[in-house]
Amino acid sequence: MRITEQQVRYVAELANLKLTEAEVAKFQADLDGILEHVEKLREIDTEGVEPMAQVLFEADAAATLRADVPVPPLGSEAALANAPQPGPGYFRVPRVIER
Amino acid sequence: MKIESLTIDAVRQALGTRQASAAELTREALRFAERENPRTGAYLHFSPERALAAAARVDERLAHGEDPGPLAGVPVAVKDVIVTKGVRTTCASKLLANYVPPYDATAIVRMEAAGGIVLGKTNCDEFAMGSSTENSAFGPVRNPVALDRVPGGSSGGSAAAVAQGTAVVALGSDTGGSIRQPASFCGVVGVTPTYGRVSRYGLTAFASSLDHIGPFARTVKDAAILLGAIAGRDPADSTSAEAPVPDYTAALDGNVKGLKLGLPREYLKDLKGESSDLLYRGVDVLKRLGCEVREISMPATDYAIATYYIICTAEASSNLARYDGVRYTTRSPHSDTLSEMYRNTRGEGFGAECKRRIMLGTYVLSHGYYDAYYLKAQKVRALIARDFARAFEQVDAIVAPVSPFPAFKLGEKLDDPMAMYLSDIYTITGSLAGVPCMSVPCGQTAEGLPVGMQILTRHFGETTMFRLAHAFEQSGAVN
Repeated sequence: MRITEQQVRYVAELANLKLTEAEVAKFQADLDGILEHVEKLREIDTEGVEPMAQVLFEADAAATLRADVPVPPLGSEAALANAPQPGPGYFRVPRVIER
Repeated sequence: MKIESLTIDAVRQALGTRQASAAELTREALRFAERENPRTGAYLHFSPERALAAAARVDERLAHGEDPGPLAGVPVAVKDVIVTKGVRTTCASKLLANYVPPYDATAIVRMEAAGGIVLGKTNCDEFAMGSSTENSAFGPVRNPVALDRVPGGSSGGSAAAVAQGTAVVALGSDTGGSIRQPASFCGVVGVTPTYGRVSRYGLTAFASSLDHIGPFARTVKDAAILLGAIAGRDPADSTSAEAPVPDYTAALDGNVKGLKLGLPREYLKDLKGESSDLLYRGVDVLKRLGCEVREISMPATDYAIATYYIICTAEASSNLARYDGVRYTTRSPHSDTLSEMYRNTRGEGFGAECKRRIMLGTYVLSHGYYDAYYLKAQKVRALIARDFARAFEQVDAIVAPVSPFPAFKLGEKLDDPMAMYLSDIYTITGSLAGVPCMSVPCGQTAEGLPVGMQILTRHFGETTMFRLAHAFEQSGAVN
């Protein structure tokens, strides 16, 4: 077994996901199967290979930076329009301090 | 004029000869799409107000004798992960069921500036995660070619709309094959351009180092026109490329004589049955057109699935952290504290596939596993990219399958995530390398299911890719 139910619960905590007991069992099995396949990567030699995070093209370092010109902001009305609980100029959330 | 088989040229001609106004055409297209959509469920919702306003602008330009743009009056379906100001954008997720974006994606702005009409938003896998469109919170899409089968995914709705004729062209997004695979399953053209060719500003982020926007169309020419309209540098997306955008349609001259094509051994060794037969028949057609075909080797291919599912889930776990019930998602109503609210909202809001990927991505990035999984995958990604660089020293284009099989039945692979992931084998390599790639229809199985052929070229080699696909399409060897 590559991952235990206890680890699944820990990862769900890190990811802020509430899982049901059935989901914990299901994801344990699913992730175990996926991690088994992923172990294949151990076979391939990557000694001295630079990790690739992104596709990069030849260009000046600053070529993709936009001009530093101010533009009108979205505005708080538009920004709050989709909020589940908007307040006047802010987002409402439940209690932050738990103890 | 048959609305379901229109091309961009036919629309231009109808408007140019005053056979119809853009407004009339748009109303007719909306009527037809709203009537036919229940058969497949390709669209989630329509945007008649926005469509008619855009059509009125086209008619106004025509009335003033101005150039109405290369997409004038063309009905476009848009995958519901691309934001549209004032038009609901759900990402096929419960979390964004009521989200109305306050801004437009750059691709939308450019498409409308070229005269295109947003007819509506299409269904897809939730946050573009899946290969069948069955992971939508709003129900699956049916393949218009065979209604008991999936349209592919994740851009299944966009592919189905174009195949069904409820849009002339469509926009989709591709992270690991989400344009090419549904195009292959539905028998239409689907293009994933070079990474950075089209701005992703306003594309809901899934895996940022892999996400692309690209076109669907019924002809290669229409796909080339749409890509030309949306491509190019955008200051709002620092990953968009400076390279000038050529006139892609100018390349559609049929001249492919002497083009060197590579068939990667590693892609063909496990390809079976009719998918293999049809691909080889397609390759024979390309040979008859004067292409030189040779076998090539891309040795890192076998590691692509593992690499892709580490990188894309790691990036997804980070990108999807923003759906937290505070700013624009729905919120779970019964929570006493903020952290409880996060957990409940996300636990109740995300579907199974999104949760699975968030979990896997969080795990591979977590303490103690980062080097073994994420860093290792980034190194293997470099080897996969090197395979492509070496291949393009020998050949002008790579020809490959799109999928190991044609469209499968609804529900057939839903309970086996690994089987679903493995089906992405032929499309994810091009995504990891960031090269342009497309699916062009290559024929049908005995059952009548479409199969696509994949064409891949070097970075910014779209011109060669379109030229080859167009010559293949025009050869008439398919059908």
